[in-house]
Amino acid sequence: MGSGDKINVFPSRMILGLMKTRLKGAQKGHSLLKKKSDALTLKFRATLRKIIENKTIMGDVMKAVYFSLAEAAYAAGDISQTVIQNADKAQNKVKFTKDNVAGVQLTNFSMHSEGSDVYQLTGLGKGGQTVTRCKETAQKAIKLLIELASLQTTFITLDEAIKITNRRVNGIEYVIIPRFENTIAYIVEELDERDREEFYRLKKVQDKKKIIREKQKKFMEEYNKRQEVSDDAPKNLLDTEHDPDIMF
Amino acid sequence: SSGINAEYGGIGELNATREANFLVVKPDTVIGEVETFLKRLLARKDIGIVLINQHIANDVRHIIEAHTDPIPALLEIPSKEHPYDAAKDSILKRAKGMFSIDDLR
Repeated sequence: MGSGDKINVFPSRMILGLMKTRLKGAQKGHSLLKKKSDALTLKFRATLRKIIENKTIMGDVMKAVYFSLAEAAYAAGDISQTVIQNADKAQNKVKFTKDNVAGVQLTNFSMHSEGSDVYQLTGLGKGGQTVTRCKETAQKAIKLLIELASLQTTFITLDEAIKITNRRVNGIEYVIIPRFENTIAYIVEELDERDREEFYRLKKVQDKKKIIREKQKKFMEEYNKRQEVSDDAPKNLLDTEHDPDIMF
Repeated sequence: SSGINAEYGGIGELNATREANFLVVKPDTVIGEVETFLKRLLARKDIGIVLINQHIANDVRHIIEAHTDPIPALLEIPSKEHPYDAAKDSILKRAKGMFSIDDLR
């Protein structure tokens, strides 16, 4: 893959036109892909910023959850066994929604509550309030975590998409377009050279014809001179000089 | 203790084969068990988000780094004893070259 890399074609005007069209196409494709890459990178940076913001918030939110869990444990005793044993069907689920940015499919998570509250009954009895409060705090935390996970997925998807797009942009910029440009330069060179050869050949033929004409003229002059000395011989039709060929 | 939070947030459940979608890691839990469970979770098609306490994540770092699919999303959360440490988060590490903390303050 050097600077001389080009497509092997027979140099002709038709092929030249074709190559020029293809070059234009490649350049258009390149600028479109570049735009796509820029749009994706923009969204990528925005997502990253949001992730960092949210992760800091998450630290605090989780602390609040643990705190209220400790409160509940203090008031209602060890609820862990009851909780784990009663796990059956999840009340809150995650819903996927697809989003499209600059041609890239992104997945978004959203919280989706369904079914009855399995732990409705665990709030009753000792320290009911703290337990309920703990539940609420945890639910709020889950919402935030889902949002955060959504951002993370977007982040990874965008990362991959940007890598692929940039690879293509570079491929077009450093391989495809130079190849077309080299091919076009080569064809133009060959066509020019051919024209020069034609011209040269024409000139040579012209010169040759001129020399032949001169020779003929001289010969005729000699011949006529000799004829004048002898009798008036009848004109010979076949003897007449041909009109010289019209060159151009 | 985070397993309990999961229940309380109402996201813990057992599937058709009584298999739980959560694992409570106690001080005596073997790392191998965590690894197997995590790998199984990541392979499940019906799971979108996996929450993992950061101090446990540190022990299974190799699995987390190897997971490059966007789904399921691996979210590292702090635990009661171990506050959140941005330096260890795999996701942020991925973006390392692209920003400096000062840009975003």
